Amino acid sequence: MSDEEDIILSELDDGELVEQMQDDLYDGMAEEIVEGVEILLERGWVPYDILTKALVAGMTVVGNDFRDGILFVPEVLLAAKAMKAGMAILKPLLAETGAPRMGKMVIGTVKGDIHDIGQNLVTMMMEGAGFEVKNIGINNPAEEYIAACKEFNADILGMSALLTTTMPYMKIVIDELKEQGLRDDYIVMVGGAPLNEEFGTAIGADAYCKDAAVAVEMAKQLIAAKAA
Amino acid sequence: MADALSKLLETRDWLLADGATGTNLFNMGLSSGDAPELWNVDEADKIRALYRGAVEAGSDIFLTNSFGGNASRLKLHAADKRVRELNIAAAELGREVAESAGRPVVVAGSVGPTGEIMEPMGTLSYATAVEMFHEQAEALKEGGADVLWVETISAPEEFKAAADAFQRAEMPWCGTMSFDTAGRTMMGVTSAAMAEMVDKLDYKPVGFGANCGVGASDLLRTVLGFAAAGTETPIIAKGNAGIPKYEDGHIHYDGTPELMADYAVLARDCGATIIGGCCGTMPEHLRAMREALETRPRGERPTLDEIAARLGGFSSASDGTGDDVPAPSRQRRRRRG
Repeated sequence: MSDEEDIILSELDDGELVEQMQDDLYDGMAEEIVEGVEILLERGWVPYDILTKALVAGMTVVGNDFRDGILFVPEVLLAAKAMKAGMAILKPLLAETGAPRMGKMVIGTVKGDIHDIGQNLVTMMMEGAGFEVKNIGINNPAEEYIAACKEFNADILGMSALLTTTMPYMKIVIDELKEQGLRDDYIVMVGGAPLNEEFGTAIGADAYCKDAAVAVEMAKQLIAAKAA
Repeated sequence: MADALSKLLETRDWLLADGATGTNLFNMGLSSGDAPELWNVDEADKIRALYRGAVEAGSDIFLTNSFGGNASRLKLHAADKRVRELNIAAAELGREVAESAGRPVVVAGSVGPTGEIMEPMGTLSYATAVEMFHEQAEALKEGGADVLWVETISAPEEFKAAADAFQRAEMPWCGTMSFDTAGRTMMGVTSAAMAEMVDKLDYKPVGFGANCGVGASDLLRTVLGFAAAGTETPIIAKGNAGIPKYEDGHIHYDGTPELMADYAVLARDCGATIIGGCCGTMPEHLRAMREALETRPRGERPTLDEIAARLGGFSSASDGTGDDVPAPSRQRRRRRG
């Protein structure tokens, strides 16, 4: 694109800059996102507005195009990386300014399952949408999920499985939550290649999420429904 | 001298590959989450039984129990120092079963994905991927595998890294990718893009194709995509036996032997030469597939509608090839130099 003119971010007005940042997120340009965040902070934007109007809005476009089969995992990963670079600046500022929270999620693969690409993608997309996510990694027994939810004060418990042999364990975790009288404390979302809607319903999850973009949408809806 | 697989391909116009490894081993008592590769040493008789199950059901090729046998996967079971040992054992047991088959049977050394995301999106460098695949390739070769067989790959870079590693090991090879996301691989590769990539490789495979993914119908749509790309390389079709269903705490695949028999014949009509199953495909499925391939005549290349009518519908409207490719919906504002 060398025949096109270079854009100097600091010369754009606020509206153009925000649009440009959304484009840069889409293209996974981390350095430009950092620069954009810094410029908006200098111009006196509150951190929460930068998060929602520039970054989350940009990641929503990425999520929609992923859902619609226009973008694929590589592009989403690069966009999430750029988002993360911007968040690194905003995160401490958001905490200081007491900005509203989207919600907190604990996520991990179930006991016996070591395949974590899917949940790592969900983590990035959820963070991209402004959620706080504690990714507890692979091979989690019920007690570790539950301990992490309590410790992190989670709103959402996310479970992932890639294998047909490990996905039934999700029901064991849900049953254990019921046993301990904690089931209604958390929204339970499940996902993974071999799962389907029918399975999610059968084991008593609140939502089955077909992909990371759907996970973000479901999380927003279920959090809103719970708050209502 | 030609390799064992190429020789078989000279004499036959279709070959039956094997079925599921995991599903069979779980039925033999493998706990979910345990590394199946450890059984190459600890439960050698069960691995022999796995291989024999495929051979006795009529498979011309079977894959060794080494799918997760690279350092990156074995590390999760604290067995990353045992790559050589476990892969040699996988291939040696295979050699033993193949030699006693009484007919030519090809031992294919299975190589699965590293499970890591490659640079620049992830952290795995191309050089490290090649190194890991090469370590496994040399061990499978040493154990007596006839060919190497990389499968269930979603990233083109990882596929190329495996090809490079196999070239270093001077072994003939096959490679399949898994098309499970709207007809593409998780990383967005279409059937047409894979065919093009394979054609451009310096070190070409004996066969290439698709394995696993969603259902039998989707897999055949992918095979049609390979055939439409006009490739000269034999096409491999290894689809799942239907779709996993959850009943009473257990998972089973809903594809019957009859469905897989239909799938096998349709796969051949679509242009596949090497036909097998993947998850959920048991010896009884393979037997039905073999019988169908031997007794039913070849037909015309089926249309997508015919495939859907025989095997069920597709998971997505388009697979990203042909005229119905969704164009990016977004108008670019501008881009920097």
